[in-house]
Amino acid sequence: MAAFSDKPEVFRTEISAFINTNCPAVLREMPADQREICWGGKRWTFTSDAQRDWLTACAAAGLTAPRWPEAYGGAALSREQEKVFREEMARAKAPSPLESFGLWMLGPALLAFGTEAQKTHFLPQITRGEIRWCQGYSEPGAGSDLAGVQTRAEDKGDHWLVNGSKIWTSYANHADWIFALVRTDREAPKHKGISFMLIDMESEGVSTKPIKLISGNSPFCETFFDNVKVPKSYGDDMSSIVGEQNRGWDVAKHLLTHERTMIGGGGSGAASGVLGGRSLGNFLSSLEDGVMADPVIRSDVMELEVDSLAMGMTLERYKDMAKTGGVGHASAMLKYYGTELNKRRYELLMSITGSEGVEWDGPHGTLAPEWLRTKANSIEGGTSEVMLDIISKRVLELPYK
Amino acid sequence: MTTLMLTEDETMLRDAARGFLDENAPVKNLRDNRDSGRAFDPGLWREMAQMGWAGVLVAEDAGGSGMGHRAAGILAEEMGLTLAASPFISSAVIAATALRGAATNRLSGIADGSLLYALAVDEGSKHNPQGTALQAEKSGNGFRLTGTKTFVADGGSANRVLVLARTAGAPGEADGLTLFDIDATRAGLTRQGKATVDSRDHAQLDFANVEATGDDVVGEVDGGMAAVTAALNAGQAAVSAELTGLCAGAFAMTTGYLKERKQFDTIIGTFQSLQHRAAHMWSEIEVTASAIANAGRVLDETPAESELAVSIAKARATKTAKLVVSEGVQMHGGIGMTDEFDMGFFMKRARVGAEWLGDYGFHAARVARARGF
Ligand SMILES: Cc1cc2nc3c(=O)[nH]c(=O)nc-3n(C[C@H](O)[C@H](O)[C@H](O)COP(=O)(O)OP(=O)(O)OC[C@H]3O[C@@H](n4cnc5c(N)ncnc54)[C@H](O)[C@@H]3O)c2cc1C
Repeated sequence: MAAFSDKPEVFRTEISAFINTNCPAVLREMPADQREICWGGKRWTFTSDAQRDWLTACAAAGLTAPRWPEAYGGAALSREQEKVFREEMARAKAPSPLESFGLWMLGPALLAFGTEAQKTHFLPQITRGEIRWCQGYSEPGAGSDLAGVQTRAEDKGDHWLVNGSKIWTSYANHADWIFALVRTDREAPKHKGISFMLIDMESEGVSTKPIKLISGNSPFCETFFDNVKVPKSYGDDMSSIVGEQNRGWDVAKHLLTHERTMIGGGGSGAASGVLGGRSLGNFLSSLEDGVMADPVIRSDVMELEVDSLAMGMTLERYKDMAKTGGVGHASAMLKYYGTELNKRRYELLMSITGSEGVEWDGPHGTLAPEWLRTKANSIEGGTSEVMLDIISKRVLELPYK
Repeated sequence: MTTLMLTEDETMLRDAARGFLDENAPVKNLRDNRDSGRAFDPGLWREMAQMGWAGVLVAEDAGGSGMGHRAAGILAEEMGLTLAASPFISSAVIAATALRGAATNRLSGIADGSLLYALAVDEGSKHNPQGTALQAEKSGNGFRLTGTKTFVADGGSANRVLVLARTAGAPGEADGLTLFDIDATRAGLTRQGKATVDSRDHAQLDFANVEATGDDVVGEVDGGMAAVTAALNAGQAAVSAELTGLCAGAFAMTTGYLKERKQFDTIIGTFQSLQHRAAHMWSEIEVTASAIANAGRVLDETPAESELAVSIAKARATKTAKLVVSEGVQMHGGIGMTDEFDMGFFMKRARVGAEWLGDYGFHAARVARARGF
């Protein structure tokens, strides 16, 4: 495990040397729109040796989860160091070594609510990209009203017996484990009878069925639990439930603030996809002359650029706030604003590219499916309407009645 | 760059400013100013100067408090919150920045609040420094200035004027401009106050063969654009900050009303259509606040690169303020339309602030240029 210097200038040199030494040139030279995200997991096939080597090197140095403590597979970087790390990654054109629901969602929840044994067991599996997690929150009858989940876990002594079904479970068919909201007390008020449970997808009785999206892709599934036996414990001090039994709603909400901040992060500019990290201006200059002469398009683009840049600053400000005392319900703002912005960006890209943009396999590559995919941004992780509800009730404290 | 959050010192500055303004310059003062026909309260300005606000951008060895642009933004924001009228932006921000390299007696006059400056730059209805036509003809060792400046903020009450004049080239060209620093009572200069909707001091300045000497030149002859650019950036950032404070002030009134007004036996704040619009406004205000903080930081830390940051701030602040005051009136219903109620003051100031030193289009276009399209 590499330990990096605390001195800012030394740190920058070290981290940049680390990236230059370990990130294979093929990855750095790859055009952004051809990059494949590395999701990891037992069933992951690396797209190249380079992708695998880069993950291995970063994981060994704790850099797949730079802010997490070293004991759990992180590099224990400070917020300032993490900024420098990201700057140097961008400068070296190095792709992210690993993305996953484990890093974005489960990890932060375990760090806040997990026991020591849960943390030392599950977190390093995430940072090394060994286990891929999926999120079992939504159900056919419980979407915005998430606390209405009905999937139930019955106490059978040494194990829980889980029955029910989840829906919209992203990548469930590729995932090794699922963190799920299950009802462990059916008598209690709806928020008070939910537990946050970790379930092995290889358990007997778990099955998934992919659902096709309007973008033509199929990244999410229905997930069924049919008499699934979930051990009460995975080892010493390692319950299959995170946090207290029946208090899973607290864990679920905490996780959602991370998920929402993460989804909102797409709002300052698309790092991947057709823009591939390029600025909008840069992209526009690559297009046929004349598009930007259209006064309506030009004005929309200018407005979007102003808003995107300001949103980027806001994300930085909120990350600093998170470090010093928390963002809490205000993360709903990042989710709301960032996703609405991203939808605007893609509507605009579609209108800029005109008849070329509507081709599935046209000169702009995956633009059309990306555009369609952005429509989910304001639904997944809580809809825009729900975010506005959270802001108005929790942040602005407008009355319920 | 330093964090966009407030540092400890900045939080103290903000709290002190808020405490002072709440007590000494609530919105009612603006109403009193308007009703008594004065643009600002000189006594209030003296107190602000004593607290170091007038010298916020003047170095300590020149008598200032040298707190910097982010601090100036915080002060402007707090003034926006209560619509406190003062020559702060014209003198303490714009002139102090323009004269940074100049003779110290002027700067110390700014810092102690005794010198009131106005920047005379625009000549048409839109901000356009390089459109300057006002001629400064060379005559002997000096110049004679002839032409008209419009929408000169604090132009009626200022005792000195920074005026951008053309010494070469043609209107529309950035080269050939020269910035002069002259006494506001100089022969040939007439000032005509304009009654603007925000009840503050805006004037038209007519120059008829006003004499100026080489000593009056700020920066280089024909290099006026360079001399005024930093001052314009600083001013634009401060106006943006004021507008953001204004948003917070108007928004607080609106949410306060949503929590108390009843119709249909229900508090109107329970209506989701209003809740969601309030939440949307708050989101816009939060995003704009980041751009304001960023502009202040960039001006303090890498001033040579401030143009993009400042224009993002001004564009955002202009747009957000327009939204917040329009919704502010709407959500108050009839009472929002009455003169007796304060919301109108916020709306009027927002409109003037939107135009001052460049409107949305001016700044969005600058962002686009800086971003390569
Ligand atoms: C691409 C994608 C990926 C997803 N991935 C996952 C995943 O991995 N795991 C997972 O658990 N879930 C996932 N979801 C599910 C997602 O969280 C839900 O779709 C979302 O919470 C909305 O629930 P719903 O679809 O049941 O819509 P509903 O809740 O039925 O909403 C329908 C409409 O009613 C509005 N509405 C609902 N309540 C209110 C209210 N109180 N006030 C005003 N309007 C209201 C909504 O905003 C929406 O417009 C994913 C969804 C998408 C689209």
